[in-house]
Amino acid sequence: MVPLSWYIVLSAIVFSIGVFGFLARRNLIIVFMSLELMLNSVNISLAAFSHYLQSMRGQILVFFIITVAAAEAAIGLAILIAFYRNNPTIKVDEINLLKG
Amino acid sequence: MTIQQAFFSYFAGAIVALSLLVVTRKNPVHSVLWMLLLFVHIASLYLFLNAEFLAAIQIIIYAGAILVLFLFVIMLLNLRKEETEKRFQGQWPFGLAIGVVLAVFVVLIVGKIGVLPELGQYSVEAVKSEGHIMTVGKVLYTEFLLPFEIASVILLVAIVGAVVLAKRSLE
Amino acid sequence: MLKYTLIPLLPLLSFIINILFGRNFIKDKAHWIAVPAVAGSFILAVSAFMDVTAGNVVNINIYDWIVSGDFHVSIGFLIDQLTSIMLIVVTSISTLIFIYSIGYMHGDGGYYRFFAYLSLFVFSMLMLVMANNFLLLYFGWEAVGLCSYFLIGFWFHKKSAADAGKKAFIVNRFGDFGFGLGVILIFLTYGSIDYVQVFSNAGSVVGQTINILGTDYDLITVICLLLFCGAVGKSAQLPLHVWLPDAMEGPTPVSALIHAATMVTAGVFMVARCNPLFNLSHTAMNTVAIVGGLTAIFAATIGLVQNDIKRVIAYSTVSQLGYMFLALGVGAYSAGIFHLYTHAYFKALLFLGSGSVIHALHDEQNMQKMGGLKKYMPITYAVFIIATLSITGIPGLAGFFSKDEILYRAYLGGDTGKFLWLLGTVAALLTSFYSWRLIFLTFHGKFRGTHEQEHHLHESPKVITVPLMFLAVGAIFAGYVGIPPLLMEHGDRIGEFLAPVLGHPHSEGSHAEEMMVMAGSVLVALGGWFIAYRMYIKSPELPKKVGEMFKPVYNLLFNKYYVDELYSKTLVQPVIKASDKVVLGFIDIKIIEGIVNGVPALIGAFSRKFRQVQTGHLSNYGLAMALGALAIIGYMIFMK
Repeated sequence: MVPLSWYIVLSAIVFSIGVFGFLARRNLIIVFMSLELMLNSVNISLAAFSHYLQSMRGQILVFFIITVAAAEAAIGLAILIAFYRNNPTIKVDEINLLKG
Repeated sequence: MTIQQAFFSYFAGAIVALSLLVVTRKNPVHSVLWMLLLFVHIASLYLFLNAEFLAAIQIIIYAGAILVLFLFVIMLLNLRKEETEKRFQGQWPFGLAIGVVLAVFVVLIVGKIGVLPELGQYSVEAVKSEGHIMTVGKVLYTEFLLPFEIASVILLVAIVGAVVLAKRSLE
Repeated sequence: MLKYTLIPLLPLLSFIINILFGRNFIKDKAHWIAVPAVAGSFILAVSAFMDVTAGNVVNINIYDWIVSGDFHVSIGFLIDQLTSIMLIVVTSISTLIFIYSIGYMHGDGGYYRFFAYLSLFVFSMLMLVMANNFLLLYFGWEAVGLCSYFLIGFWFHKKSAADAGKKAFIVNRFGDFGFGLGVILIFLTYGSIDYVQVFSNAGSVVGQTINILGTDYDLITVICLLLFCGAVGKSAQLPLHVWLPDAMEGPTPVSALIHAATMVTAGVFMVARCNPLFNLSHTAMNTVAIVGGLTAIFAATIGLVQNDIKRVIAYSTVSQLGYMFLALGVGAYSAGIFHLYTHAYFKALLFLGSGSVIHALHDEQNMQKMGGLKKYMPITYAVFIIATLSITGIPGLAGFFSKDEILYRAYLGGDTGKFLWLLGTVAALLTSFYSWRLIFLTFHGKFRGTHEQEHHLHESPKVITVPLMFLAVGAIFAGYVGIPPLLMEHGDRIGEFLAPVLGHPHSEGSHAEEMMVMAGSVLVALGGWFIAYRMYIKSPELPKKVGEMFKPVYNLLFNKYYVDELYSKTLVQPVIKASDKVVLGFIDIKIIEGIVNGVPALIGAFSRKFRQVQTGHLSNYGLAMALGALAIIGYMIFMK
């Protein structure tokens, strides 16, 4: 039997990798993918809890997260395209319109 | 080590390695392709957890829809010269440090997980006897009907929003 | 009950309607609302007076105004003998003056505004006299002051009028501040501000002292003097008399109603109302009497040499108010109120008569440029003569009875009585002189104005002369309610009527003394006429010679004893300088503007530094967010 904690540790490691990618990469598309990575790591832990607690709620939550992730990806990439059209770069450190 | 643990170890190791590849590849197309493989592994992990339905939508939505969207965008933007430039920004050591500390913190929390509370009614046998999709469907359309409907609205908004944002100009 | 409530309510309604709809809808029809309102009040006041004469003293609470712990204030009316007389005076004179104003203010741009303010004034004055507690009295007191300010500055585009309004308001603040303190002290002493409770317990604190800045003073005396402060301000007594002559910048009906007949007598009314308190303090009574006596003679001497027709009458008012306080101070409250009542008629008549003259001469107020108006304005001349005979105290007219009563009571009034009587008698001589001087300069001799003015000379229209005639009737017959016992048994009906509220005079004298005082006052009245006749009819060059002969005295009087200059030097200028240097130069520019400009400057300086935190880089924000999340997780792990 695989203990629950293994899943949680796996989830934590993948999440941390996602955080690293989000904070470190310059390419905006990769930053987006890091976000998806983080969401997936959360999904893993939710599914694991759902299994070990013999409850359906975790899986339902995963279902909703996938839904929202899909919506977010669609909107985010649309914004990316709209932005790229005005300002042909997708490098995070070159985008600083909000500089104070 | 039992056979399950051995399988889990393989999948876990593969997921971590693939995640690292995703965030470190220079070419975004490569990242997307590694991510595709990562999602297949995660789907397998769901099968491990007796969540067949989740495994299916993981493949269909993430691999089939979202990653294809990413690929489309990458190709649309045609980012050839990006490949020759630096892949990390100046603050990457901070990102690394935060990632590591976060992982350590969560592992510490795992040590604090106590006894699991009372178990629910959806034991492996109960789900198996009825079928996973039916079980999920019953819960989703009764207890979670309202969030389900809201999710559908969110998707609608996303569709409309994406179209509006991506259009060149609104006439 | 509704009847009593309606007395002040009708003018208030008139005010509300006129001020809301006057500008756009009512315009020059404003009197159609205002006059019936005050006339209605007058009828109700007469009816209330009848009730009181039948023995029904009313004390009703209409509405709980303030309830806070032990502090209870209601809006309530006390209608007793004193109030009922005041009601009659206020409403009857108001009605006549409202009618007069229709003619006098005709064609003025602010016609509706004039009637609105005048109605508000009548409402306030009625609240003042009808109040059954000190706070409501204070409300009326302040409200009449406010209306006075509005009406003095009615022609606000004229700088002198606006200034006079401000002056009246500010000078009154000095007195009202004392009055306010007095009311507070009454509450602290008696635990109530209701007339009935305060007056019934008045004696309970005799002998108690209050410590002010380390010295002990008699509590009752302090209360009375504080209240009297208010009276000094409102009734223009020394040393706060300076606002009243300037108040003549207002329209003449205002001068007649507010600054002669009603508002300025509020101080007299208030002191009379508080007689149970004043009776307990010998010091306060003497102060009242002496201030009154000195004011009477002081104002009368100034009146001798003034040339502005309204100013002469204004100083005459100050002087007559002094008489009333003199009477109050010697304990003859009913004599004071009696004089208030007769004075209201003949003084309103003098003012309205002068208004008629001014109207005919197109706003000429300098008596040196009048003269010979007798043949052009016979009615005005006649009523002026009646008013003058009345004010100078010629037997048979209203002024004689009340003035004689005051002088007689002063003569009997204790240690300072003879001195006060002397002051009063000399003031009567001066009064007679300047009143006749006014008549002779205005109506006799040759016209000294321009030909243009002479061409337009005419008697005023009926709407002006009819109220004058009514007031003239009042100036003749108002006195017959108070015939001295010497001339008629039980003749002093007003004194007996007021006795339940004001008590009986403190001392009685012999018939011989009364005869002597009466003869004296008639003599000085005739003497004043004789001197004026000699100087202004027989030999018109004489005044100039006398003026030359006593040049320093003449200048002193002509410049009103330099009181205004003194106040200007000692109070006004230092305050203005201090405001300029300290308030403007230091507090305003340095502190307030320092804060006002400093805070944004500080925020600007900080934000110039801190805005660099906002790099605009998505990853930096993400980093900060991640650090925050880490901090929260760390707290959960290590601190819990």
